Amino acid sequence: MAYDKFNVLTSTAYPLPIENVDTDQIIPARFLKATERVDFDKNFFRDWRYNQDGTPKADFPLNKEIYAGSKILVGGRNFGSGSSREHAAWSVYDFGLRCVISSEFADIFKGNCLNVGVLPVQVSPEFADKLFDAIMADPKTEIKVDLPNQTVTLVATGESESFEINSYKKENMLNGFDDIDYLKNIENEISAFAETRPF
Amino acid sequence: MAKTLFDKVWDSHVVRSVKDGPDVFFIDRHFIHEVTSPVAFLGLESRGNSVVYPERTFATADHNTPTINQHLPVEDALSANQLDALEKNAAKYGISHWGLGDKNNGIVHVVGPENGITLPGATIVCGDSHTSTHGAFGAIAFGIGTSEVEMVLSTQCIMQPKPKKMRINVNGKLGVGVTPKDVALYIISQQTTSGATGYFVEYAGDVFKDMSMEGRMTVCNLSIEMGARGGMIAPDEKTFEYIKGRSQTPKGADWDKAMKYWETLYTEEGAEFDAEFNYDAADIEPMITYGTNPGMGMGVTKSIPVAANVKGGAETYKKSLGYMSFNEGDAMIGKPIDFVFLGSCTNGRIEDFRAFCSIVEGRKKAANVTAWLVPGSHKVVDQIKAEGLDKIITNAGFELREPGCSACLAMNDDKIPAGKLSVSTSNRNFEGRQGPGSRTLLASPLVAAASAVEGVVTDPRTLLTA
Repeated sequence: MAYDKFNVLTSTAYPLPIENVDTDQIIPARFLKATERVDFDKNFFRDWRYNQDGTPKADFPLNKEIYAGSKILVGGRNFGSGSSREHAAWSVYDFGLRCVISSEFADIFKGNCLNVGVLPVQVSPEFADKLFDAIMADPKTEIKVDLPNQTVTLVATGESESFEINSYKKENMLNGFDDIDYLKNIENEISAFAETRPF
Repeated sequence: MAKTLFDKVWDSHVVRSVKDGPDVFFIDRHFIHEVTSPVAFLGLESRGNSVVYPERTFATADHNTPTINQHLPVEDALSANQLDALEKNAAKYGISHWGLGDKNNGIVHVVGPENGITLPGATIVCGDSHTSTHGAFGAIAFGIGTSEVEMVLSTQCIMQPKPKKMRINVNGKLGVGVTPKDVALYIISQQTTSGATGYFVEYAGDVFKDMSMEGRMTVCNLSIEMGARGGMIAPDEKTFEYIKGRSQTPKGADWDKAMKYWETLYTEEGAEFDAEFNYDAADIEPMITYGTNPGMGMGVTKSIPVAANVKGGAETYKKSLGYMSFNEGDAMIGKPIDFVFLGSCTNGRIEDFRAFCSIVEGRKKAANVTAWLVPGSHKVVDQIKAEGLDKIITNAGFELREPGCSACLAMNDDKIPAGKLSVSTSNRNFEGRQGPGSRTLLASPLVAAASAVEGVVTDPRTLLTA
């Protein structure tokens, strides 16, 4: 599914300073029964956002009015571990987020994010702490994520760090392209390769 | 330069490398199931694409299926809809489909090897992170997202940067009552839940050489639980013996040709890894987890570590123990349990049922325990019956259910109720994984069996030697 281009994003952020946030928390398995990409935003962090009777948990950051409308989530180390369900990345995007910042991402989740238009930004543990501290001190803290220059900056202080992304994925994200566009374009090369496979 | 097993298989599947980008990586075998494929087919159709190599994709229903009364229509409308979508998509594009009730049906990572679809030196993907299971055969196998499922359907390739390489050597001999599951949980406890992120692992050493193919599958299956994309073991005589004659393995001259290739699949002397770890088999005891990720495991006789002694943030650690209602310093042995789950792509094969039966034979299920015994496939069910294990199971007060992923991820009705404690042979103890509010202790089939008959967390060695 096509996604919106990503260039420079300046936004407040939801803080989630918990380590090892797994994809079963991001979207529990019982909400994976759709055959279309619908409603994943509603069940994003379902069991951390809502009590079993369906009432919201007031102290969970995603429910706090002060952060509402943020397009960035800052998560603890090893964000997105566990299952390969792309539904987790869909739920991030469909909730209105375009960027997740963490000091470490699980591989499959990171790849899924890049494929659906969510930019995973890996920063040093020290910079992640700095971001958490700034948000805790002022929930309206703005963070600027600059994809062309590959930098993430605390707007108020100008403190900044660069992040890695390979130039292929960067171009995709800047232009809203995806891998299928690329792969279909080299179809003949792939079919010639397939002929050489022993099984 | 000397090559690793992983290099050999990876490099031979690269169609081209994108400059400062991923490799275009060719996929030999693709498994699909009802949960992560429907949106991929929608995407494919919205772009006007088709399935380019339907003979390279294999569909089986497993994640969402009921484990009782499979002969009846599926009651849950959403589940039925997904199963229906899988069947229709498979039929439309000429993909082989093992639906509910088919004699070949079962959990995707159980039926792939059973039917000889999983081969050494192959590249195998599926929209499921435990695809790493197939690495037991010397394949490169890993989980992918739905966008990538669509890529494979429409181009037979995905775009992946080559992971870094790690080797984990476990040498020596395992003690009595120590199973492949314990080896894996031990390694993960040492690596933590993210220690191998960014790596693809090769397992080597005496312990894996001595291990059965099913045991190797259990170990490779759990590679993802330390963050690794996958794990693999060099194929050997055991591997070839296992796959020979299965329905989809090469036959005759094709077999001979394949064997020539397979015999080249090993890590050469002097090949380099980005990281290497050595563990001693003698240090491994029957394992159990106590927290909310698979890295939070320890020997079953040990006590829960105090926060000050663990890697990572104390706050996360305390949140995890709080969810489990455990305290730092608690012993696990003797904790009363409510449920036992035997099954999943990790431990749902015949050897797992044999192990379980070796403990429960002549004993009775504890009254306080509800047990779900879910074979990984119909072939496993048939084998259980052929060996008379079903009688041992029934006589001990247990029931056998029908195949599927079941309570491992609790997408169907097999949900552990909130607050209840389950000893499970599956792969994840995340919060709510087995049902909202459920609490999971990951362990081997032996620990599960011992705990099921005693009604409390039990060291199986106390029953094996009795």
